[in-house]
Amino acid sequence: MSASILLDPTNESRPAQREQLARPASVKGLTVGLLDIVKARGDIYLNRLEELFVAEGAKVLRFRKPTFTKPAPPDLRHEISIQCNVVIEALAD
Amino acid sequence: MKPQLPDGLVAIVKRECATCVMVDPLFAHIAASGASLTVYTQDDPTFPASVAALHDADLSVSWHYDIETVPTLLRIENGVEVDRTFGWSKDAWQKFTGIADLGADLPVMRPGCGSLSVDPNLEDELRVRFTSSTLHSRHVELASAEDEFESMFIRGWTDGLPVIPPTPERVLRMLTGTTRNPQEVVAIAPPNLVQLTVEKIAINAVMAGALPEYLPWIITALEAVCNDEFNMHGVLATTMPVGPVIICNGPGTQAIGMNSGVNVFGQGNRANLTIGRAVQLTIRNVGGGKPGEVDRATHGNPGKLSFCFAEDEAGSPFGTLAEERGIAPQQNAVTVFAGEGPRCVVDQAARTPEQLTNSFAACLRATHHPKSVLSFDAILVVSPDHSRVFAEAGWGRERLLSELHARLQIPGAELVRGALDMAEGLPAKFADRTVPKFKARGILLAHAGGGAGLFSSVIGGWANGAMGSTPVTRPVLS
Repeated sequence: MSASILLDPTNESRPAQREQLARPASVKGLTVGLLDIVKARGDIYLNRLEELFVAEGAKVLRFRKPTFTKPAPPDLRHEISIQCNVVIEALAD
Repeated sequence: MKPQLPDGLVAIVKRECATCVMVDPLFAHIAASGASLTVYTQDDPTFPASVAALHDADLSVSWHYDIETVPTLLRIENGVEVDRTFGWSKDAWQKFTGIADLGADLPVMRPGCGSLSVDPNLEDELRVRFTSSTLHSRHVELASAEDEFESMFIRGWTDGLPVIPPTPERVLRMLTGTTRNPQEVVAIAPPNLVQLTVEKIAINAVMAGALPEYLPWIITALEAVCNDEFNMHGVLATTMPVGPVIICNGPGTQAIGMNSGVNVFGQGNRANLTIGRAVQLTIRNVGGGKPGEVDRATHGNPGKLSFCFAEDEAGSPFGTLAEERGIAPQQNAVTVFAGEGPRCVVDQAARTPEQLTNSFAACLRATHHPKSVLSFDAILVVSPDHSRVFAEAGWGRERLLSELHARLQIPGAELVRGALDMAEGLPAKFADRTVPKFKARGILLAHAGGGAGLFSSVIGGWANGAMGSTPVTRPVLS
């Protein structure tokens, strides 16, 4: 058994914990962002969501990532944050 | 901190050294001549007998002045070393001291002995004593009753296999493998976008079981994967079974004992296995990329523990992969490819390059799906027994690749959705076209494997190009 000093192999940081916003009681009058990560057929799923949200009285804005394999670019994340009240990021396959 | 030495002559000796004992009386002679002389003794503070000495008990003087041999004589002027001689050479010592008859009755020369500061049994301890301030990582202190190997599993630091405890001694020894500053930021590590320092890589390299001479290869491989082009983030996060495949080129692969021959993708070679493992451990521990978290692979593959090999350059009729990708001959280099596990191509009957190319093309066609086109690259690793067929026919890299691409032009009717009674496929509009299986540079050719066996290997890729991953080749720097 040991009495060793080891050097921490990790980045020694913890991701910031952020509280989720409360779920809105209704989407009526809210702006809903739909982020298409551009996986195949994700658009079909988002098209249907858009229909449902519009029927509920929400305004819908559509966004697309350049590729599903990489994180959304900072500019795109910023655009969504200033234009939308809620956002849905859609997978597919 | 480097100790300041007094101006004049400074001698470093130890009693354990017969040459030091032999020159002991000379120090009184030097001191009597009026020279300013300071003697440091490494072991016995009562030695030498002829003059009083300072005890270099912690070997600080010896370490900081890079004393490799005792006795060593230094000349210090204005606080700076301007000259040194080591061992006993009558001529050198007489000139150094300006005393014409110094040691006149002694032999002409005697070699010195190893300095305690380079004693292999002390070197790790001294490196920690004098250089550990260069390390910034948090110290994790284990309890005496704690099993260090189990504690590293519990902390989530391993890839499922045991790792070597990264003690300061081992990490500092690892860092002797590079000239780079431990705090230099090499890359931004995904998925948590963390600044990746040489120190953190060295810690994970120790854990992987690597040797210091592998460190430049590990650093280069990490630089090669942590960028937008290779897209390690996506390679990690994908549900597909891929990881970084690392192909090493250059004379350094031989110098560090890499395997390019028998069982080249398999177990048994420390350099191959620990270089690849260190890269993956670094992504896990520093980047934060763990299976089940950001790593969403459906199956993964065993190569995600480590998949690294050297190309058999000497036996290759194709030149080297690194040179084909723009690296100068004889330059050590690393190529990274987002790949799955290797699959075998068996052809024990072909005796012409055309026949063998037909087999390669048929097997490459099936990469990921026989109806999948242009989305994935592949590496074809040709074995020595197979490459001989091409060498004897005078086919080089260009000829083989162009013949392969020519055989991989596929009629759209075989590719469209529903064709061959498979739902997978292209939209119907491609039915009348011919579509290549691979992009123009989508087949990478490498040469490796044991000297017996009419087998080659295909390593399928992942989403290629800007939407996924592009292979990256980088020179290995010290």
